[in-house]
Amino acid sequence: MKLLLAACLALLVWVADAAPIETQDEVHFLIPAGPGGGWDGTARGMGEAMLKSGAVSKVSFENYSGGGGGRAIAKLIETAQRQTNTLLISSTPMVVRSLQKIFPQSFRDLKPIASVIADYSSFVVAADSRLMNWAQVIEAFSQDPRSVKVAGGSVRGSTDHFVFARALQLAGMDPRKVIYVAYDGGGKAMAGILTGEAQILSTGLSEAIDMARAGEVRILAITAPERISDAPDLPVLRELGYELTFANWRGFFAAPGLPEARYTQMKATVTRTLASDAFEQVRARNGWSRLHIEGDAFYAYLEKQEAEIGELMRNLGFLRN
Amino acid sequence: MLDGLLLGLTTVMTLHNLLLVFGGCAAGTLIGMLPGLGPISAIALMIPITYGFEPASGMILLSGVYYGAIFGGSTSSILINAPGVAGTVATAFDGYPLAQKGLAGKALALAAWSSFAGGTLAALMLVMAAPILAKLSLGFQSADYFVLMLLGLSLVSAFSPPGQYLKSLLMTCLGLMLSTVGTDLSAGVQRFTFGRMDLIDGISFLLLAMGTFALAEAVMMVLKQGEQTKPVQLDGMDLRLSAQELKSVAPVITRSSVLGFLIGVLPGAGATIASFLAYGFERNLALDDEKRQFGQGSLKGLAAPETANNAACTGSFVPLLTLGIPGSGTTAVLLGALIAYGIQPGPRLFVDEPGVFWSVIVSMYVGNVILLFLNLPLIPYIAKLLQIPRQFLIPSIMFFSLMGVYLVSFNTFDIQMMVIIATLAVTLRLLEFPMAPLLLGFILGGMLEDNLRRAITLGDGEFSFLIERPVTLVLLGITALVLFNPLLRRGVTWLLERRAGKL
Repeated sequence: MKLLLAACLALLVWVADAAPIETQDEVHFLIPAGPGGGWDGTARGMGEAMLKSGAVSKVSFENYSGGGGGRAIAKLIETAQRQTNTLLISSTPMVVRSLQKIFPQSFRDLKPIASVIADYSSFVVAADSRLMNWAQVIEAFSQDPRSVKVAGGSVRGSTDHFVFARALQLAGMDPRKVIYVAYDGGGKAMAGILTGEAQILSTGLSEAIDMARAGEVRILAITAPERISDAPDLPVLRELGYELTFANWRGFFAAPGLPEARYTQMKATVTRTLASDAFEQVRARNGWSRLHIEGDAFYAYLEKQEAEIGELMRNLGFLRN
Repeated sequence: MLDGLLLGLTTVMTLHNLLLVFGGCAAGTLIGMLPGLGPISAIALMIPITYGFEPASGMILLSGVYYGAIFGGSTSSILINAPGVAGTVATAFDGYPLAQKGLAGKALALAAWSSFAGGTLAALMLVMAAPILAKLSLGFQSADYFVLMLLGLSLVSAFSPPGQYLKSLLMTCLGLMLSTVGTDLSAGVQRFTFGRMDLIDGISFLLLAMGTFALAEAVMMVLKQGEQTKPVQLDGMDLRLSAQELKSVAPVITRSSVLGFLIGVLPGAGATIASFLAYGFERNLALDDEKRQFGQGSLKGLAAPETANNAACTGSFVPLLTLGIPGSGTTAVLLGALIAYGIQPGPRLFVDEPGVFWSVIVSMYVGNVILLFLNLPLIPYIAKLLQIPRQFLIPSIMFFSLMGVYLVSFNTFDIQMMVIIATLAVTLRLLEFPMAPLLLGFILGGMLEDNLRRAITLGDGEFSFLIERPVTLVLLGITALVLFNPLLRRGVTWLLERRAGKL
């Protein structure tokens, strides 16, 4: 009897496994923020590239904001059963916010598919600033931390804040002495250094590069591992002797418990899209840098980043435990 | 400059681009009329359509959508007290009472003309002085924004019905308190969220406005059912303003255009704040018998915010086009679109891409003209909405305002919160507490606090930032003047009377 049952079970598993999963024809993007932001732009750009490259024949978008992105994650987990076509867009703040316990979930509760692009952090000053290079920033900070107030477009304790603090810590400074001035959005933080009320800006490279090209601001250092091809004249912190690389990835996650075959297919769809001319057009249009890490490697990358950021934030006193 | 305008005109005046302005304005107006959906959603949804276009054509379409949405928002504010867009909340203060008096046609027409005039005057100022203004806007620091918000708060008397100043002050405080809900920017901690994820981003201004105005108003209509069962009688369909009315409104429109434009130029303020400030200033400038009409259906009280919000929208293009800095959520989306077209706004846009720069400016103007001609003939039909019997009108108002809030976030929690807010609002209104000061406190509160704390951090914990820079001092002076205006007036009258008595 038992044998029969086992045989039946085995047959069932075999049937389920072998059931032909049709080629993916539809992708639904779940965007944990309102229209118009970075997540929204990336998801819609990716969707456009998927359609144009013929990787899928239908895409749909759903803006589901709230809770710093936590609501969308919760929704994806709750309705996982019917979300087999869904890709949730997320980025580094997801790791930070899980660490801060803003929402209870983390990337472990989802199925990481792939990261697609990355933005490095950059430290920016106004064109007429007396600070000419990163060494001068450290020099000025060591003399008087209040003379180098740093502006950022997000709340205290977020990436803009701790990346800058960490860079100073590596130069032997006390990161807790950093005076961070929080603005409501990157544009207003940029205005903060242009009005001269703050001395330096910590922000994503993509938000500063065009202003730097227009000659309004100067970028003193970026957190890429090596010089980037789009802007080879920007110094990276590593070559200045500070071992700090930091990438704000943007990538996609699927619902937990996604069938293995579907998971493989999703990864293939993303890979195929990234290789297409259509994606290259979208990428160039938005000035994104590629960062394609998929599946298990992406999971490992996230674990590593979580450990690094966690240690950083604890060091800086932004996390209590 | 003339060459530039001509270049812009030749770009815009093609059939293709004119159709785009027209289509953009029409789509924007429709989306704006729906309570809750604003220009940000409208533009973000339109951007993918524009990818195949020339950059100039794309921007023409998007700015049409922007103006259309702000314009459409005023229609639902006036007719059903449900602001479609945050920038048109102040429009409801006098627009709705006007419509209730049966002057819906006139109110809508005045709103159309005010928007048109505000947009036109602001576009002129933009052409004349954009680069200089952009430089000036960078002289405005956190301390100055703080005092500007303080100035806004000192206008609270303008938002309170006569004789209810204490209640108005209490409601302003309640608004300030509500604005502290959510993540605190300067400390990164959550306040008053009760562990709920839904409150992390705070309470949305539009939700509060819809709860206290549209939804509460619908409930009040039911409660007052006994008094008034007939639909509003429309007073003919007279869209025209008398010469006398025109004369009284014209200076208001001129002043509000300038004020709205200047506030719009500042990257840290926006159309909503501009409309509140314009309303407050006009109330303070008005003569005593006109003052009493504010909030009861004053033409001036409708013209001021309607002009200012359109002028501010145009103004917000100054930092966007000349510095590349988005001052509001909407301009941030527009900046994204420009970059996607391969154009970097900034001081060089004017030099590198004169075609785009000038055609955006000309299309703003053409958009304003088209909006006027699109809407004026439609007003009599739109106004007829009010003749729907109340038993159908009230549930539709409730449905559309709840739906509008839900469509923004897809969060059932928002609906529950809105119902709770509306219940509270009805209770407070039955106790004759005014609602407008609550919104004033709420909209200014967040920016007041953020800028104050930034200014203190930047000033190393000292309060000396208040007297260090001329801009701050001038704004403080104006605030004091507004605050002590009644006392001063009384003093002056007393002096004059004494002198007259002596003579």
